[in-house]
Amino acid sequence: MISLSSYLILSAVLFTVGVVGFLLRRNIIVIFMSVELMLNAANLAFIAFSRFLHSVDGQIFVLFVMAVAAAEAAVGLAIIMAVYRTKETVNADEMNLMKW
Amino acid sequence: MVETALFIVLSVVTVITAILVIVQRNPVASAIYLIITFFCLAGIYLLLHAQFIAIIQVLVYAGAIMVLFLFVIMLLNLEKERKLVARHRLQKVLGVFLGIILLAQIGLIFNSVLLEGTKGKFPPEQVAILGNTEVVARLLFTDFLLPFEITSILLLVAIIGAIVLAKRQI
Repeated sequence: MISLSSYLILSAVLFTVGVVGFLLRRNIIVIFMSVELMLNAANLAFIAFSRFLHSVDGQIFVLFVMAVAAAEAAVGLAIIMAVYRTKETVNADEMNLMKW
Repeated sequence: MVETALFIVLSVVTVITAILVIVQRNPVASAIYLIITFFCLAGIYLLLHAQFIAIIQVLVYAGAIMVLFLFVIMLLNLEKERKLVARHRLQKVLGVFLGIILLAQIGLIFNSVLLEGTKGKFPPEQVAILGNTEVVARLLFTDFLLPFEITSILLLVAIIGAIVLAKRQI
């Protein structure tokens, strides 16, 4: 039997990898992938708690998180496309104007 | 024993591929590594007896969302962005440093709080008898019906928003 804390440690490490990726990378698509990593780390913690606290609510919450992630990916990638069309870049440093 | 071995293998692969996602230069390679990460997480969900979520993870994350990512990467011409590196060395050092601090903080929180609580109504044995998918579905369509319906509205808004944003002229 694997303990709850080992799942939580894995979740914490994944979340940290996501945060570091978010801070280090300048390519906005990779920044987006880092966000997905963080969401998955949260999902893992939810499911681990749902298993060890004998409740299914955590799994339903994960379902909602996935729906939000799907919506976020669709809208976010559409924004990236729109920005790329006008500025010809995916560098987050150059996206510093709300209007141009 | 098998469970522990599987957990160790899956978690090591998950962490390594997650790190590869953020260090790869090529965004397509990052996306492929992210798919492997999602598959390994689905395996970990299976170890946690969340079969339904594991399948949804493969279908929605590794399937739909990552296909969307790959399509956008291929639609954009990223050849000249290939050498896009963080120019500031200080930023790199600071980012890793802040990451380590964050990890230490999360570890401290896990150490200091009691990871116990009042047990819910679904012990693993009972879920195994009823079936994981059935339990999730029953809760989703009774106790969580309103959030479920709101989710459908959210997805509709996302669809409309994505079309409006990506279209050249409306």
